[in-house]
Order: sequence, then structure tokens, then C-alpha cells
Amino acid sequence: MELDAIFTASVFASAIRLATPYIFAALGETFAQRSGVLNLGVDGMMLMGAFTGFYAVFITQQEGTLSEPLSLLFGVLIALIVGGLMGLAMAFVSVTLKAKQGISGIGVYLFGLGLSELLFQQWVGTPKSVSGFPRITFPYLSDIPVLGQIFFHHNLLVYVAFALVPISAFVLNRTTFGLMIRAVGQNPEAADAMGVSVARVRYATTTIGGMLAGLAGASLSIALINLFQQNLTAGQGFIAVALVYFGGWRPWAVAAGAMLFSFVNALQLQIKVIGLDIPSEFAVMAPYVITIIALVFASKRQEQPTALTKPYERGE
Amino acid sequence: MIVALVLALLVASVLLLALNANPLEAYAAMWEGAAGKENATAETLVKATPILFVGIGITIAFRGGMINIGGEGQMIAGALAGVTIALILGEMRVPPELAKEKGAFDLIIVTCSLIGGFLAGALYGGLAGFLKAYFDVNEILSTIMLNQIAVQMMNFLLNGILLDPAEAGVNNIPKTARLVTAAQLPRLSLPIGDPHLFARTRLHWGLIIAIVLAVIIYIFLWRTSLGYRIRAVGENQRASSYAGINVKRQMMFSMFLAGGFAGLAGVVQVLGLQYRLQTDGSPAGFTGAAGFNGIVAALFGGLNPIGAIPAAAFFGGLLVGAQKMQRELGVPASLITAVNGLIVVFVVSSEIFILQRSKRRVSLQETPDNLGSGGGKPADRASPDEGSG
Repeated sequence: MELDAIFTASVFASAIRLATPYIFAALGETFAQRSGVLNLGVDGMMLMGAFTGFYAVFITQQEGTLSEPLSLLFGVLIALIVGGLMGLAMAFVSVTLKAKQGISGIGVYLFGLGLSELLFQQWVGTPKSVSGFPRITFPYLSDIPVLGQIFFHHNLLVYVAFALVPISAFVLNRTTFGLMIRAVGQNPEAADAMGVSVARVRYATTTIGGMLAGLAGASLSIALINLFQQNLTAGQGFIAVALVYFGGWRPWAVAAGAMLFSFVNALQLQIKVIGLDIPSEFAVMAPYVITIIALVFASKRQEQPTALTKPYERGE
Repeated sequence: MIVALVLALLVASVLLLALNANPLEAYAAMWEGAAGKENATAETLVKATPILFVGIGITIAFRGGMINIGGEGQMIAGALAGVTIALILGEMRVPPELAKEKGAFDLIIVTCSLIGGFLAGALYGGLAGFLKAYFDVNEILSTIMLNQIAVQMMNFLLNGILLDPAEAGVNNIPKTARLVTAAQLPRLSLPIGDPHLFARTRLHWGLIIAIVLAVIIYIFLWRTSLGYRIRAVGENQRASSYAGINVKRQMMFSMFLAGGFAGLAGVVQVLGLQYRLQTDGSPAGFTGAAGFNGIVAALFGGLNPIGAIPAAAFFGGLLVGAQKMQRELGVPASLITAVNGLIVVFVVSSEIFILQRSKRRVSLQETPDNLGSGGGKPADRASPDEGSG
């Protein structure tokens, strides 16, 4: 086998894996923002999803109450529920109480950061690993040289994440629900006049966003890294929010941004592995620098939902 | 504010009960740990100092309609610049004929370091303001990215040219050399009792500097035309630009000042407390999350620099008290991070009630209108409720 062939294939494969949490979280955030809610608490929701999902798997595997596949699905379910509840809370704060979304999101983030760490220290203590989602291999497909390694050696959640991209695009662009989301985010008065409940749509999207953020966290703690530790996400939720801006609120472009970002990340890890003479700090820094540059260019062609961050008040 | 606090404490009590801890015991332990003894009070004030600096800066930014989440990165930028200046100037020899004036030289070293720290933080914050003003980059996102970049920059410098020569090769915790005494901020004690109050604690002059600056910034924001312009832009960008205010410049300026205060928080932490810059490599390794806690203190202080003083003392006390609670009841101190988050949510959520009350009188809002309108171009759009209200 040739050395550089292995490297490129494994870098691409790990880029795909690393993109999973970003795709989940950023797609969820796309729904919320298209309806006019800026949810900045994504990272906190990811942390809570990551911890509770991990803990559900940890407990059920340790006590042997559930078989391995069932315990993993149970973990996913718990992460979805916890993320959804936090999304619901965020919706209550920003839709019903009309709180400033930027700051309240930071509050939700701090809450998730603190609570996940608190529960982790109290219930688990030190980082322990679980056996997470196994890699799935497909007959024939996985054996294709290079391509098989890049595309067909991943765990279930990776495929779910990528499947969600066309599904999200379809829901947003081709369904009545998607039309309502876009209407509420673009022109809430008109949507209201047409009989669409602005509040209900925003509650729905923010809750969906929370669920996907929870799932994003779980994809780290029970599929990618298979353990939980303090501040596991290290700000990935904020990157996901940036990716939504970068992708211009369109699912395909958002996912492409996630791929680009995680590819840079995978390269960065690779640089460390093969010991290139670049200080590792600069390699770690690179994705963030690129995100800022990407935001500079993304803002030039901005088609931001008009009502983003603006609470809706009915004119009497 | 009080309602938000009570609600947050209620939720915290539920959490404590869920963790099998008696909330009353927990709060008693926290009070004991935060204010029980002379040293406890001093530690509370020591923790409050960087929070107050950041809180003053956040107040300016939020008043100017800029959501600055970059306190962490700006602290690091300030600390890096400040410690570099202090290390270089600290090496210089005072000419023998001027040895009498040693005190003045020490003052110069400290002043230069503080100014350097302020400027570095200010430029780092101003960068986010610049990107917002001219490229419409959401400042929340850019400051968060800049935080991560600053941490890596710090790790790079502390492992490289700033590394303590004595530590080279050993390299357990990356840190700079210790500052010479001349470059340190003096300890602070009050001439009460014998020995003087706080004489045997880590309390330092940073606290006094922060309090004085809080008063100055209050005057600046409410009694000068420059401060008025910042607030005007925060209240209504469109009206401000019609009134002839250069909105872009004010956006950058408020971020510049906000970053500067966070930079001061960083450099004061080095000069007054640690006497060297060191990190465990994690984002909060140096700042102790003061960049985030400053946001909480600023909101809790009603976005008023004077109000930020008691708010910072309160959150300093929470942090110190939580450590005592962790030791005595075994409840992890990270409870406080969660409580801080709740306080933020409750404070911004309660604005609807304040708003409704004030709408009945004159429509004067508690916080600027543009807060929260993250990446938009608020200047060219009316919010949907403006026309109908």
C-alpha cells in the first residue's frame, strides 16, 4: 500500500466522521433561524445531549439491562428528549417572553455547560468510555479501494446525519411546514394574516433545533469519542451557528460548510500525526481563522431571514 | 434583577435537593466560604476584580448594541501584551544616580504594562467591531472564534518565546518567568485594626483601579457626548445615523473600549495576583471564565458600570463560596456555572415585564434595542413591532 493513498483516504474518512455533529447541530439551527429564532444555546444543548446520552448508555451497559444496540438507541432517545426540552425552554424564553435572543442563548449555553459538568462529576466522576455505535461495513461497497474506506466504514449516526441533509432541504423547500417556517421567518405579519400561528411554528423549529443539538452531542459521546468529559464539545455548537450563516440558511450549503470545516480539522489532526514542522497551535487555530474569513465572505451575499432575532408582536 | 436571582436560587435549590444536598446547608457553606472570615472576603474581592473589569467593558459594548462574547480572548490578549512589557521593563537596570527615584520607575513599569494590556485587548475587541461595521460579520460569532484563536496563541507563546527559561525542557505547565517585584501591582490593605485589614491576604490594588474606572465610565457614558453617541447607536442605529452619528465608528469604538477593559482584567490578573502568566492549556486555564462571568455581572448590574461593582462582588462571592460548598457538601462547584446561566436567562426574560411597565409611562427601555439582533443589518430595517406599537 502506498503511504499517501492511506493518508488521503483516512483524512477524507475522518473529515466525514468529524462533520457529523456539525451537520446535526447546524441543520437544527437552520430550522430555528429560518423561522426567525437565533438559538445561541446550541453548544449547551449539545453538552446536555452528550452527557445524558452517554449516561443512559453507560448505565444500561454497565448493569446489562439492555443489549448493546438497544442501549445505544436508548441513549439517542434520551439525548433527543433532553435536547428537545432545552429547545422548548429556549422557545419559551425567546417567543413567549420575547427575551433578547443573543444573550439568552449565552445563558442557555452556560446553563448546559455547568449542569452537564455538575451531573458528570456527581454521577460518573472520571472519564469512562462506553462501547459506542460500531462501524458498519457493507458487503462489496466497503471493499472498494479508497472510496470504500472513505464512504463505507462509518457508524450509523454518520449516515443518519448525511441523510438528514436532503430531508431538511426537502422539508424546508417543498412541504407546507417548510413554507410556514420560511413565511414566519420572512414576513411574520403576512403569515399571521394567513392564519399561521407564528408562535407555534417557532416553538416547533426551536424544539427541533434542540433535539438535533442533543443528537449532535450524543454523536460525539456515544459514536465518535465514546466518552464524556467536562466541556466535551469545546465550542462546536458555536461553530455550528457560524456554519448556518456561512451556508446562507440553505441545508445543502450548510452541510458543505460543515464538510469544509471538518476537512480542515482532519488535515490539522493529520499534520500532527505525520509530524510536519508546523506548530500544533497554529494547526488547531486554523479552522477558527477560516471560519471568520468565511463569515466575511458569506455576509456579502446574505439573504438572512428578515425577522431573525425579532420577537413577533401582533399589531392591534 | 432580584426576581431573577430568587428564581435562579430556587432552581438551584431543586438541583441541590436532586443531588441529595440540603440547600440551606449549601447556601450557609457558600456564605461562610465567601464572607465568613477576613481571608474569605478578600478572596471574594480578588475573584470579583477581573469580573468587574470585564463587566465594565461588557456594559459599554452592550450599551452600544454590540454583544461582546469575546471577554475571554480579550483578557488573554491583554495579559500577553502586559506580561511581555512587564518582563522586558522589569529587566532594565535603574541608573545608580537615579536610585532614589526607584518608586517612580516601578510606577512607570506597572503603568506601561497596564496600558499595553488595555491596548492589546482593545485592538482584539476592536477587530470584531471592525468586522461587524465593515463586513457585517456577526460579532457574537467572531468574538467566539477569536476566543479560541487567543487560547492557541497563548499556548504557542507560552511554549515558545515567553516560556520561563528555568522551565525550558521541564515544561509541565507552560508559564512565563516570574515578574520582578518592581513590575508587580502592590497588595492592598485597609488601615483598620492591627494588623491592617486584608494585610495578610492576596487582595491587590487592581480592585481600586477597577472601582475608580467604573465611576469614570459611568460619567463617560452618561455625561459626555462621546458616551451619548455610543448609547444612541445602541438604542437606534437608524435614528443615530440620521442624526449624523458615524454608526460604524461608534460600533468599533464601543468594541475597542470593551476589549480594552477585558485586556485590563487580564493584565491585572498577572500583575496583581499570579505574577506570571500560566495556563493549563484549556480555554479557562488562565481567565477562570471571568470573560463569561463578566457578561453575567454586567447584565445583573443593569448595564450600569456602578451597578456592576456590587454585581461583580456577588459573583466573586458565588465562585469562592462554591469551592467551600464543594469541600463541605461534595456538591461540584460547576453548579455555579449553571446558576449563572439561569440568571442570564431570567434577567433577559424579565425585560418583557419591565418593558410593559415602562410602556405605560414613556417608552424608555432598559437595554438597547439592537441587542440580540445578531448578524442582521439592523440599520436598514425596522423591527416588525415598531410600526404597530
